[in-house]
Amino acid sequence: MTDLAVNLVFQLLQMLLVVGLAPLLTGLVRKAKARLLRREGPPLLQPYRDLARLARKEAVVAEGASWLFRVAPYVVLAATWVAAALIPTFATGLLFSWSADLIAIIALLGAARFFLALAGLDVGTSFGGLGASREAMFATLAEPAMIVIVFSLALIAGSTQLSTVAAFMASSAVGLRVTLGMALIALIIVALAENGRIPVDNPATHLELTMVHEAMILEYSGRHLAVIELASMLKLLLYISLIVCVFAPWGLAIADAGVGDRLFGAVVYVVKLGVAGLMLATFETSIAKMRVFRVPDFLGAALMLGFLGALLLFVSRTLK
Amino acid sequence: MSALVLLLGGDAALLALSLAAIAAARSRNGGVFIYAAACAIGSVLLVGGAYHLLGRHAPEELALPIGLPWIGAHFRLDALSAFFVIVVDLGATAASLYGIGYGRHERDPARVLPFYPAFLAGMNLVLLANDAYSFLVSWEFMSLASWALVMAHHRDSDNRRAGYVYIVMASFGAIALLLAFGLLASPAGTYVFPAEAYNFGAMRANAATPGLAGLVLALTLVGAGSKAGLAPLHVWLPLAHPAAPSHVSALMSGAMTKVAVYAFVRIAFDLLGPPAWWWSLVVLALGGITAVMGVLYALMQHDLKRLLAYHTVENIGIIFIGLGLALAFKAFDMPSAAALALTAGLLHVFNHSVFKSLLFFGAGAALTSTGERDMEHLGGLIRLMPLTAFTFLVGSVAISALPPFNGFVSEWLTFQAILLSPQLPSWGLKLLVPAVGALLALSAALAAACFVKAFGITFLGRARTEAAKRATEADRFSLAAMFAFATLCLIAGVLPGLFIDALAPVVRSLVGARMPVQMGIDWLSIVPIAESRSSYNGLLVFLFIVASASLGAAAIHRLASDAVRRAPAWDCGFPEPSPATQYTATSFAEPIRRVFGGFAFGARAEVDMPAPGDMRPARIKVVMNDLVWETIYLPVVAAVTYLSTRLNRLQFLTIRQYLSVVLAALVALLLVLAAWP
Repeated sequence: MTDLAVNLVFQLLQMLLVVGLAPLLTGLVRKAKARLLRREGPPLLQPYRDLARLARKEAVVAEGASWLFRVAPYVVLAATWVAAALIPTFATGLLFSWSADLIAIIALLGAARFFLALAGLDVGTSFGGLGASREAMFATLAEPAMIVIVFSLALIAGSTQLSTVAAFMASSAVGLRVTLGMALIALIIVALAENGRIPVDNPATHLELTMVHEAMILEYSGRHLAVIELASMLKLLLYISLIVCVFAPWGLAIADAGVGDRLFGAVVYVVKLGVAGLMLATFETSIAKMRVFRVPDFLGAALMLGFLGALLLFVSRTLK
Repeated sequence: MSALVLLLGGDAALLALSLAAIAAARSRNGGVFIYAAACAIGSVLLVGGAYHLLGRHAPEELALPIGLPWIGAHFRLDALSAFFVIVVDLGATAASLYGIGYGRHERDPARVLPFYPAFLAGMNLVLLANDAYSFLVSWEFMSLASWALVMAHHRDSDNRRAGYVYIVMASFGAIALLLAFGLLASPAGTYVFPAEAYNFGAMRANAATPGLAGLVLALTLVGAGSKAGLAPLHVWLPLAHPAAPSHVSALMSGAMTKVAVYAFVRIAFDLLGPPAWWWSLVVLALGGITAVMGVLYALMQHDLKRLLAYHTVENIGIIFIGLGLALAFKAFDMPSAAALALTAGLLHVFNHSVFKSLLFFGAGAALTSTGERDMEHLGGLIRLMPLTAFTFLVGSVAISALPPFNGFVSEWLTFQAILLSPQLPSWGLKLLVPAVGALLALSAALAAACFVKAFGITFLGRARTEAAKRATEADRFSLAAMFAFATLCLIAGVLPGLFIDALAPVVRSLVGARMPVQMGIDWLSIVPIAESRSSYNGLLVFLFIVASASLGAAAIHRLASDAVRRAPAWDCGFPEPSPATQYTATSFAEPIRRVFGGFAFGARAEVDMPAPGDMRPARIKVVMNDLVWETIYLPVVAAVTYLSTRLNRLQFLTIRQYLSVVLAALVALLLVLAAWP
């Protein structure tokens, strides 16, 4: 019984950890980008203040917006949050880690995107439609790319369960493999596109004809905007956690580890997030944004890399 | 009482109802009576099927002295038939309930009512038939009844063309099935058929040679595949399904395509004996191509019902991917993997019949209240038809394979089956299966995009026409049918273990193994192989989403602000009042057309931009080609036309010339006979 209680506490901690750290990660990336551009930049904790301020303001809802417009932010947040809470951040094998595997996590993110795109169409403005339509186009390539990456990981680790994959990657059984390299590159490309980072979309822009994510949420304000912003911060954290737990699982507390190991895992996790955030900021400042219709080529490369990796694995299974 | 007798009695009642409908169609409330009776009979049939499947009863057989003299008609109810009886009659019950309200809007009830119960009876009898003769008669009965329903509104020239293409393709498919049964009935080497050889029991006992079996499979793929909508034989489907009244569209897409899947499963898994490994190669390739082609075509549509019909093509592709994997695993003697793949395919059969019927009901509700099928003329219906919109949203999420609804579960199981396939010892499959997996993932992602479009353009935004502004909510009966199916989408999504376990006898009878029992697992998860490998818990995912969404909403409303102010749309400071500035179905799909349209449709856009100072409007023209139609069907049509104009001369010969033609034919036949070894 105490075991169950302890496990439940850790599962809840994980849920709070991801949602608590997400704004900090975004703040870190923004700060680092500003410093790299020789600007002072907003303080690290600015995203928290933005969210609090937005949440306190009244929500201005467009005339003619339906109930879907007001419900969608919470659905988007919930789907993203559940997906993020199921990724092993500091420990594998948490209480509910088996309730959805990697394919289900991808589908949860797909559900979040589905509702966000619908919300973009709800008011009936041209910008909303533009954002929704382009987001749908990116997703048609990014999602299959993710699935073929999952094929590779699942075939190497013998499981689609993220906890098992992470535990396997942390063990010494996994060597250096070409497939893993391909999967890593593909995953990074997908993560950049899914989070609307440069070179696919610019998270800092408004009023630009090439914007995608910002165009979808143009009509949102107040608490609704706060919820959507939090969901997109969570999504960034989710993708970074996913890359980290599969490709850099050092320090991860493996299932049934003691409380000390788990706390150590949490500290290591925060450090890893920081490093990944800095790397993202450096990458974003060193590259230009691409035209919208170049993005399919970019994502197509991810799809092909992931597919080649999976194909190699399917074929090499006979050689053993 | 035996379930088979109950089912046959129900089918006879449906046939009688069909006769009664001829008279009832004249009276004002006749439609209500016919649909209510069909709904009642459908639910009895549903209970009969469920009783047999869930009670795990042994197969029952029955011979009736009808049909061919001295041979009679044979019927059999086993787990496979019972499962498909459930699928068909679940759809039939809901469609009849929907029809009670929807049928009131029918302009010409005498063209719909008599054929509707006959169509239901035809579908049910195909599932119960146990000899080739009764099977084919029921099959043709089903085809002709549905053809009459497609032609109900025959004054529309599009519908007439749809009916024509449909009847040609249906006859073609029936001939293929006839030949397939003929080959199955012939014991190796002999060409004399005893009457019993056409019994399914005899076919099962009689192993075909590998070459012959391959030929039978090909004929079955043509015969059943053309009815199911397998590419490239799908061309009639997106024409015919939308042309029928909406509850019949729902049945054609939700139930009749499943009867075709039944025919394929019955022949390929049951009658044909042990499969050869290369069959799965063909089935998988066809399934993958069908899935992606279907959804790409759907994305380009702006007629709501046609879009749904193309999605049926896509989902049939997904089902055939599951069946193909099952054939592969069965051929290489991996029964538990085959059980997983077959369960995935059959579960998708059930799921698709539920959400596709639901979506057609919604499209029908929009059609009756606005008179429009074209999404470009709709918009904003969520405000005028909130309940219909809600159920259509549930159906859209379910068909897009998003958790926690049912479409996700069957696709997830299919992915799990794909991940087992590296153990297959064949190189062809090793290369093909990951490609099919990628195609499946692509079609799932495209389906989500397509339903953002279908729901977003039809129900969200602002009304694009006056008709869309005057829409009213659907009637009680239609709403009851839609809500029942929306609930079922959720139940099958959060408790998939129930449905997987119910499928166990079907799967065991076909591949000799079943998936592990799911309902005993902690927290009602589903675990296809082992928990360390993969598991999914729809119930917990659903609860987590509900809990965290309410937590977020409650926290913000409580601790921060819950004030709302309505104001004009912002739209970057330049809101345009005209609804014409909204994105349309075509503009929504434009980026996707640019990415995929080139190779799928040979699509190109021609922009005519006037020179500066020129006052004429700029124009853009999008050219898209239906490559399947142009590369396969048009040449065939041209060849047939050419031949028939040539042969037409034979009609105008003199009597002497006719006599010489007859003599020449006789001599030629005698020569053939003489030369025959």
